[in-house]
Amino acid sequence: MIPLSWYLLLSATLFCLGIVGFLVRRNLITIFMSIELMLNGVNLSFVTFAHQWHLVKGQIFVFFVMVVAAAEAAVGLAIIIAIFRARATLAVDRIDLMKL
Amino acid sequence: MNTDLLRILPETILVVAGILVMLIDASLPPRAQRRGLIWVAAPGTMLALWASLIQLRLDPGTAFFGAVETSPFTIFFHVLICGIVLVALLLAYDTLPRDSHHQGEFYALVLFGASGMCLLTGAVELLVVFIALEISSISTYILAGYRKHTGKGPEAAIKYFLLGSFATGFLLYGIALIFGATGSTQIYEVAHKAASAQNHTFIVLALMLMLVGILFKVSAAPFHVWTPDVYEGAPSPVVALLSTAPKAAAFALLLRVLYQMLPDLRSLWMPLLWVIAAASMTIGNLAALRQQNVKRMLAYSSIAHAGYLLAAFAGLADKGIAAAAFYIAAYAAMNVGIFAVVTLISGYDEHLPLVADFRGVLYRSPLLGSLLIFFLISLIGIPFTGGFFGKFYSFSAAVGGGAVVLAIIGLLNSGVAAAYYVRLAVTVAQKPENGMSQAALPVPQIGVAVGAALLFTVGATLWLGIAPEPILRAAENAAHALQ
Repeated sequence: MIPLSWYLLLSATLFCLGIVGFLVRRNLITIFMSIELMLNGVNLSFVTFAHQWHLVKGQIFVFFVMVVAAAEAAVGLAIIIAIFRARATLAVDRIDLMKL
Repeated sequence: MNTDLLRILPETILVVAGILVMLIDASLPPRAQRRGLIWVAAPGTMLALWASLIQLRLDPGTAFFGAVETSPFTIFFHVLICGIVLVALLLAYDTLPRDSHHQGEFYALVLFGASGMCLLTGAVELLVVFIALEISSISTYILAGYRKHTGKGPEAAIKYFLLGSFATGFLLYGIALIFGATGSTQIYEVAHKAASAQNHTFIVLALMLMLVGILFKVSAAPFHVWTPDVYEGAPSPVVALLSTAPKAAAFALLLRVLYQMLPDLRSLWMPLLWVIAAASMTIGNLAALRQQNVKRMLAYSSIAHAGYLLAAFAGLADKGIAAAAFYIAAYAAMNVGIFAVVTLISGYDEHLPLVADFRGVLYRSPLLGSLLIFFLISLIGIPFTGGFFGKFYSFSAAVGGGAVVLAIIGLLNSGVAAAYYVRLAVTVAQKPENGMSQAALPVPQIGVAVGAALLFTVGATLWLGIAPEPILRAAENAAHALQ
């Protein structure tokens, strides 16, 4: 039997990979995918804890996270299309009309 | 009678009004004007406001198996958010382009967002907190990109969206760890179990992660980088909403998480918020000093105001919560007001975005000029305006909690802030130069709806500055309810 802490470690690793991807990637779609990776890392944690506590609550939470992530994806991709129409690029370095 | 439905009545009304707007919008012929939909949106918001006041008759308590709560705390924020949304709708009615065919979507999104914000203030189950936060966020992401054909519109939306979802990821991980550490996601149960927990590592980590998510929403430093860009790129009526209502809801969540869920970790989060409050004020004000764009300047000023507000968290629980709640109300009144005035002066398309462009406004339109100066006075925090009492209560709460240095930093910062507010006020009052194009500019028209919005915000700012006792008492009741 694989100990639960391994799942938690994997979940934390996925989450951190998401953060790194968000910070270093330069394409809007890839950045967006990194955020999804973070959310899925969290989902793994929820399932693990649900198993540990023998509570179905954690798994229900995962369903809601997936629904919200889908809604977010719909809006996010729409915004990305709007960006592409306005600028004809998806590189974050070139979306810089406004700067500090 | 089952009171569960009554306890979510304001949210229900807002959602129903939003769906109605959407359905009517879809059934209108494509060429028809959509402005008339305000007659669904505004009464819906008023009805929600009334429903929040009706809830005062209910005994404080939870509904739907401990998922949402009604108490003086939630009612305070419900009324505040509905008020802000009403003013923002009236402002949008007169200032959005009349021939636009997207006004229906605009009203619907504002209403859906408002329902999320209201739900967020009442949620006592972390699952509901998450969903409410996302309802409010996703609506505001779209609103931020409302001017999708300009270059800046989609850019503002994508920045807000990416950073917002990033921050939500942190909040969610925090919730997962809370669930892991306590086996519950109901805030009262979590509080109960966290108090008796042996191992605090997970809970501390969870608190940090949740703080990242929430502090992003209130745009406190160092999570403030999105604010100026979003405020510049989003249309001004949207910014009036964006800079106040979601922030009020997020502050309500912050108060709930800190004072209700994890009050025992006070020794841990208090110093943290101390640093964040000081950093927000200083960074916000110093950056605002060198802004030429009025909306960017106000964005940095709103970061500074988040700092002043967080200073109240250094206070003892009772005074601190009351001061924070009062500050949110005062800040909302003056900030919505100033963005309303800025919308009218710079126009929806923002052909006059810079501080220099505001020269001579007082002569072009004495009413708008003096209103702008009035709101600036309130933002500085001069007596007889809401801004003064907001700062006064916040800093005295900080002093009462022993954070004298923080209060001094706050006062010094208020001095720095006065510099750029006064600069704008002086520019407004300067005579337009002869032969300059400004003299030839048309006088902005003030419609009935936007006039009502301005009257409402001026009235609220003055009322909070002259007779703050009723609101302060409501804030104190809210504070009691939270403990």
